[in-house]
Amino acid sequence: MKIAVCIRRVPDTTAKITIAGGGTAIDPAGVKFVINPYDEFAVEAAIALKEAAGAGETVTIALGDDSVQETIRTTLAMGIDRAVHLQGTGSADGLATARVLADHLRGGGYDLILFGKLAVDDYGQQVGPMVAELLELPCATAITALEVADGSATVEREIEGGTEVATCPLPAVLTCDKGLNTPRLPGLKGIMAAKKKPLEVVPVEAAAGQATIVSLALPPERPAGRIVGEGAAAVPALIEALTSEAKVL
Amino acid sequence: MTAILAILEQRDGALRKGAPELLAAARQLADAAGATVDAIVFGAADMAGLDGLGAAGADRVLTATHADFAQYCPDGIVATVAALAGGYRAILTAATATGKDLAPRIAARIGAPCGMDVTGLALQGDAIRVTRPVYAGKAIQTVDLAGTAVIAVRPGAIAATAAGKAGAMSAVEVPAFTRRLTVREVRAPEQATVDVAEARVVVAGGRGLGDPKHFALLEELAAVFGGDAAVGASRAVVDAGWIGHGHQVGQTGKTVAPELYFAIGVSGAIQHLAGMRTAKTIVAINRDKDAPIFKVADYGIVGDLFEVMPALTEAVKKARG
Ligand SMILES: Cc1cc2nc3c(=O)[nH]c(=O)nc-3n(C[C@H](O)[C@H](O)[C@H](O)COP(=O)(O)OP(=O)(O)OC[C@H]3O[C@@H](n4cnc5c(N)ncnc54)[C@H](O)[C@@H]3O)c2cc1C
Ligand SMILES: Nc1ncnc2c1ncn2[C@@H]1O[C@H](COP(=O)(O)O)[C@@H](O)[C@H]1O
Repeated sequence: MKIAVCIRRVPDTTAKITIAGGGTAIDPAGVKFVINPYDEFAVEAAIALKEAAGAGETVTIALGDDSVQETIRTTLAMGIDRAVHLQGTGSADGLATARVLADHLRGGGYDLILFGKLAVDDYGQQVGPMVAELLELPCATAITALEVADGSATVEREIEGGTEVATCPLPAVLTCDKGLNTPRLPGLKGIMAAKKKPLEVVPVEAAAGQATIVSLALPPERPAGRIVGEGAAAVPALIEALTSEAKVL
Repeated sequence: MTAILAILEQRDGALRKGAPELLAAARQLADAAGATVDAIVFGAADMAGLDGLGAAGADRVLTATHADFAQYCPDGIVATVAALAGGYRAILTAATATGKDLAPRIAARIGAPCGMDVTGLALQGDAIRVTRPVYAGKAIQTVDLAGTAVIAVRPGAIAATAAGKAGAMSAVEVPAFTRRLTVREVRAPEQATVDVAEARVVVAGGRGLGDPKHFALLEELAAVFGGDAAVGASRAVVDAGWIGHGHQVGQTGKTVAPELYFAIGVSGAIQHLAGMRTAKTIVAINRDKDAPIFKVADYGIVGDLFEVMPALTEAVKKARG
């Protein structure tokens, strides 16, 4: 089993967002950057599959500036074997990012290429299935269960009102959702080992793409709500508000 | 490029409920561009319920029939849409699990930009300008998509309208395609319940419930709304195993935009808010008057949920007659 995991460096989800970059980007000052939480599920899946198979290779691939190397090391500390840093700036267009990744992955001989379901910064939710299309590979998105046997993958994914069960032959592209597994924490030994694992740097050029960010703004505040009262005694006032003001009952 | 294509979702021969909303979004673009709206439905056999689509905004209803379409078949849908794509200025799906699976595949196949979870859309010169929440809803991005754009519209973002179009039916050819992914089955949840992402009313509970058995208090309130309501949950109680992950609302759970959202014993952590802050009306019940949930709630009651919930359920029952 040769498995690639594509990861992205993102602001911590608890970070306070302030707008900078001429009103099109966040101000990175004081923001802690982490591995995209959904990519951790992909990393865990890759390591666990290799462990179960008893052989194979796991590779982290990340497109970004040099800061992404810190994030890559996290995955090596978790247990990934080696990494490739595609050195360049990402694009606001998921397809442009997907093209860079696909160009690198093509011919790599991977049985599985794993992604997160979405990146918690741009909420693009597209790079994984786009790479699959570009490589003409089977693809399942937002999987919450995975079994690999006899050259094929069986996955589950949550859809509205049910769970979809699907199969596809390998090689395949999968994007990972919460529920798939519980990502391991890198131990001290892993962190030490990660420093010595191979990290190849490949300069790349991402095209601008057809999506252009016009602006980034803070969401409109919800109009101030009100406390209608305390305890069960407040129920009539709430019902009155829901009936005549909000008109939702 | 004079038309907008809306891909409507179908399961087991019946249209999913987001169709009128999606057609309204398509109509909005089409009317601005002087274009027409085509709806397309994929199924294994004749499909029911298509005659109302004209009234909801479709000038034409295209049907694509193939034995493989008995289950969701992304490879077949992508091939069919790609063969038609040249004639469209925009291709719309609903931002459901299925729509979000489909949109980026189509975009990559035809070399188009893809906007996901879009809450607003308009023409901007040669581009389509969309707005969409990013950073877990902590910011709103405005993006111009050039060329034919593939757009997944967030359910609940654009209201259905009456358009009174012809909705003339026409069959389209499904080109030869390789089925790379095979959906074997759709397993229904243990209890047949409304999905939180589709419900008009969500009654969500958090750690304040104290014990999984107290979800019964929420189910009783939800039951008053009949088949319109679903029980939601915070991640804290999902992780504790009190209720299934399918109920989780928030950044790592589902994004919901119901008309009415009850947050019961939920503190209102930023990751929870990410999933529900666009609900039309939010009601919070929490014994801590400083709980952050009160900052987004339209109406709040400070108090012990065990005291408030039974009274609330009774009162809602009465109010709804
Ligand atoms: C990467 C990441 C992703 C996350 N994703 C999500 C997500 O998708 N969804 C999500 O919900 N969270 C998510 N979280 C977790 C989130 O940060 C909070 O920990 C979680 O939402 C808290 O759940 P809670 O409100 O049920 O519990 P608590 O924060 O413990 O709040 C319980 C509330 O109940 C009130 N209460 C207690 N007893 C009573 C009573 N008798 N009557 C009335 N009120 C009472 C308390 O005052 C308190 O406000 C995520 C966290 C991280 C780091
Ligand atoms: N710059 C990048 N480098 C490597 N992988 C990426 C990059 N951006 C996104 N991805 C992958 O694509 C997934 C979805 O990203 P997105 O489509 O932006 O939400 C992420 O979870 C990653 O697995």
